[in-house]
Amino acid sequence: MTAPLYKLGFFGDEVSLIIAFLLGIGFGFFLERAGFGSAKKLTAQFYFRDMAVFKVMFSAIVTALLGVTYLSWIGFLDLSLVYLVPTYWVPQLIGGLLLGVGFVIGGYCPGTSIASASTGRIDGLIYALGFTAGTLAFAVSSPLFAGWFEAGALGQTTLPESLGISHGVLVLGVVVIAVAGFGAATWVEKRFAARDAVATK
Amino acid sequence: MESNVHGRAAPSPYLNPYLAGIGLGLVLLAAFVLVGRGLGASGAFNSLIAWLVSSAAPDYAHSNSFLSGYLDDTHPLKSWLVFEVLGVMVGALLSGLLAHRVGASVERGPRISVAGRLALAFAGGMVMAFGAALARGCTSGQGLSGGALLNLGSWIFMLSVFGGGYAVAWIVRRQWR
Repeated sequence: MTAPLYKLGFFGDEVSLIIAFLLGIGFGFFLERAGFGSAKKLTAQFYFRDMAVFKVMFSAIVTALLGVTYLSWIGFLDLSLVYLVPTYWVPQLIGGLLLGVGFVIGGYCPGTSIASASTGRIDGLIYALGFTAGTLAFAVSSPLFAGWFEAGALGQTTLPESLGISHGVLVLGVVVIAVAGFGAATWVEKRFAARDAVATK
Repeated sequence: MESNVHGRAAPSPYLNPYLAGIGLGLVLLAAFVLVGRGLGASGAFNSLIAWLVSSAAPDYAHSNSFLSGYLDDTHPLKSWLVFEVLGVMVGALLSGLLAHRVGASVERGPRISVAGRLALAFAGGMVMAFGAALARGCTSGQGLSGGALLNLGSWIFMLSVFGGGYAVAWIVRRQWR
């Protein structure tokens, strides 16, 4: 095993911060390239007019998933050393719903708001300020949520482990579902475009 | 290069979503291979708040269970995600400049005022901060990074995000369409 390089001691904390900055440049670059500095482009996902959020997100997930699967299969990457956020399904389910609601109301998510503010979108900047204020409000009120903040704790676990399906089969399943989803997304876009064309006549 | 009436270059079209996704996926893969962790965004906001609160009220910050997780011996802003987010700013600006998409504007539909849109942007940000804190990550850290690692909680989270978005889209449609 050669990777993850940082965890195996190839470089230290200072270098990891420089790498963080460089990876961030790549992250921000592709977010903006995709059009994710625009709230109208992002929220069009929820009106079926432009499914780019789904397409970009799942082609990124499939790319990275196939990459880590291959690299761990050839013995280059030790996947057990890649940090996995522990599962607390109750707050993650509720948090996800709140995130979706906030996404359509605010127009961004934290990462895309930074990309949008960096390219001059005032609403992106205001969203980021709202997110900052909300984080402070959550921190102050966190004792109120302490009871169920850790509800549904299942530890660090993956879909293959919890569903009892082999990793390879699940990867294949995700790829098949993603590709089918891409086709469905394009079909939906065309249907709504045709509907809009009729409506404006 | 096309120009509009003001003589400025017109914005370039966005990149094909699949190519943009593959680009993002390769950056994410590089993060896994180089550092052994995924990309994120909300964690940088947590570090920022931990720093602000600990500067104003250090004892309180250390006693707060949410904030204390972001405080250790080093400066709170000397965190991996803070550096990554600084990079996001630079990368997005770079891409925007190359595509002639940089300029002050407010993204909104034709049926909402600027003030109304900005109020909703702030409110949406606040709602999302609670969501991200509860979920232990946002669309970047949980969705993208956890999704690619087949993290169970991340996939529950992702389905939930799309569910929540579609559930309220109709109510706020005047903001966008």
